[in-house]
Amino acid sequence: MEHFFLNIAHSLIVWLMGLGLSSKGADLVLLIVQWICIVAIVTINVIVLIWLERKVAGFMQQRLGPNRLGPAGMFQTIADAIKLLTKEDIIPSAADRIIFRTAPIFFIIIAVMLYVVLPMGDGMQIVDLNVGVFYFISVASLSTICLLMAGWGSNNKWSLLGAMRSVAQMISYEIPLAFSLLGVIMIAGSLSLSDIVAAQNNIWFIILQPVAFITFFIAATAELNRGPFDMPEAEQELTAGAYTEYTGMRWALFFLAEYTNLVAVSALASTMFLGGWHGPWLPSWIWIIIKTYLVMLIFMWMKWTFPRIRMDHLMSFSWKVLIPVTLANILVTGAGIQFLAGMGW
Amino acid sequence: MLRTEQFTINIGPQHPSTHGGLHVEAVMDGEFIVDAIVHLGYVHRSVEKIAESRTYPQYVPYTSRLDYLASHLPTLGYCQAVEKMLGVAVPERAEYIRIIMAEFSRIASHLLFIGSCAIDLGATTGLIYCLRDRERIMDMFEMTSGQRLIASYMRIGGVSEDLPDTFIPAARSFIADFPEMIAEYDGLIIGNEILQARLKGVGRLNADDAIAYGVSGPNLRACGIDYDIRKAEPYGIYDRFDFTVPLAENGDSWDRLLVRMEEMQQSIHIIEQALNQLPEGEVKAKVPRIIKPAEGIEVYHRIESSKGELGYYIVADGGEKPYRLHVRAPSFINLMVLPMISKGGKLQDIIANIATLDPVLGESDR
Repeated sequence: MEHFFLNIAHSLIVWLMGLGLSSKGADLVLLIVQWICIVAIVTINVIVLIWLERKVAGFMQQRLGPNRLGPAGMFQTIADAIKLLTKEDIIPSAADRIIFRTAPIFFIIIAVMLYVVLPMGDGMQIVDLNVGVFYFISVASLSTICLLMAGWGSNNKWSLLGAMRSVAQMISYEIPLAFSLLGVIMIAGSLSLSDIVAAQNNIWFIILQPVAFITFFIAATAELNRGPFDMPEAEQELTAGAYTEYTGMRWALFFLAEYTNLVAVSALASTMFLGGWHGPWLPSWIWIIIKTYLVMLIFMWMKWTFPRIRMDHLMSFSWKVLIPVTLANILVTGAGIQFLAGMGW
Repeated sequence: MLRTEQFTINIGPQHPSTHGGLHVEAVMDGEFIVDAIVHLGYVHRSVEKIAESRTYPQYVPYTSRLDYLASHLPTLGYCQAVEKMLGVAVPERAEYIRIIMAEFSRIASHLLFIGSCAIDLGATTGLIYCLRDRERIMDMFEMTSGQRLIASYMRIGGVSEDLPDTFIPAARSFIADFPEMIAEYDGLIIGNEILQARLKGVGRLNADDAIAYGVSGPNLRACGIDYDIRKAEPYGIYDRFDFTVPLAENGDSWDRLLVRMEEMQQSIHIIEQALNQLPEGEVKAKVPRIIKPAEGIEVYHRIESSKGELGYYIVADGGEKPYRLHVRAPSFINLMVLPMISKGGKLQDIIANIATLDPVLGESDR
């Protein structure tokens, strides 16, 4: 089971080369297959996640959650998707049509792009970039632009307020997000995600970097626009923020992308701090699924418990608390590494 | 220097956090509120005018629709106002039942207040826990009147029917479970740091302004003014019960929340005493079917509703219908301070202010 997917990929290449393709051509076909796999993974995950989120919310709120369609309401998401597909697609007459239409598409593309560098098992990584972490953070930060496009393009005051909030929030929280990952990178000595996983063979980085994990988790919640930091959406204040004017499948694309981001960031958290695919007995790709889902459950727990933080508190928390803490963490980590190196470790 | 300009956004009448058809026109400078104009009237049903074409007993169900979150309280106020006109004495048992129902209404209203306060600040789960416990009160209302929300249980001269056998055990078990519920709200809602940060110092109303605007109820007591009509001018049999009037100091949103939390405990205390003292006997006085107060009788009766001072001013012209009826609606008057306390705050503060002023639009628009 351990090399199940690798064996499939290998036999695919062998079969393609047997058909007379050059090794480069076979790699290209494999890359296309991998892309399709990513889209499939994303879609399946989102379907499961929406169901899971509703079930978790139901559990926390002492209700049942979806329970009509299929076993334990599992097909509810599919029914919702069909409903959204058949909904009328409304574009406000005052909207900037090009920006309004392209914003959700860019948003989902950026979300899917994150999966390229994530190690989904032992050797299961589409591209092992030597700047993997850097790639992840920089691509993730692009989604701010899409939210701003959505808010601006809608030509609605609520949307614009939501978009402006999201820009302010994401810029403030990207810094502590990157800083909290720096400690891990310093210990591992590499920006490549596969090297970071390999460095956690003996000890997970959550034990060496507990402060960094907490700051990463908080910053990631803000980065994902999830409660208690769901400023851009802020249902009770901004009706639906940047998404107010979106209907049907365009809105669903935003929704899809948010969950896609959630999976990606949770997978990054388990890769950076929870030992990635390391784990006993079970195959590596099952371990990463388990860890990712555990992280996501904590995200859901937070969302359904906390009230929304106020915008100015949000900003001052980032600049006055998170950034100093992460900087201090980097300092302590650096000093510790030097000290241990001096001791001859 | 970039040129900036103010803009206007309409919070409501279709908005998740306006508790009904409330429309606040907010002039914004970025996230800051420069001015807020409250527009009312989206749920106007001319309840006062209807009174002129209904007989006195016929009007009772309409009063339930004023403050539908604590429907026994407006009905109680109206029935007592008409009794005052006629000089009817209400049987002892009915008086006690009225107190029990009124205080349960107050708890139901305050529970919804805390829940909606939580959800307006983004804590979805907080609402569900409050609603779960409020359901038990609604079940008790259903036992007595067959209606859950707008009960119309009180009548001129008493209450419509005696309490069923199931009522008192249900009420006692609710009282027994109440400390547990409070502990749960403390943990989930009140004790949350984010919630405290969002409410403390927000929407501060000072005592002088509160008096000048005529603010009443928990909103007034949050400013530190000890004024509760149950104590200041006891109606019914409130003078027989031992309870305190909870007060706070700052008059901000946080204090308005705390005062209501404490008020629920006092209500439980009153209900406990009333259940222990509940006498046997009639529940409705003999009142003629057609009520004709003499011409020229004017009466103003006020009670402490869950929202504040709820007053009925009724003028009779000798006929079987009131000549004029006016409701002094506490929600309407409390809402008038919203622009004042919201100015200079942020958009998120105005949501907190609306939530903690606790307006019921059915009452303020009438």
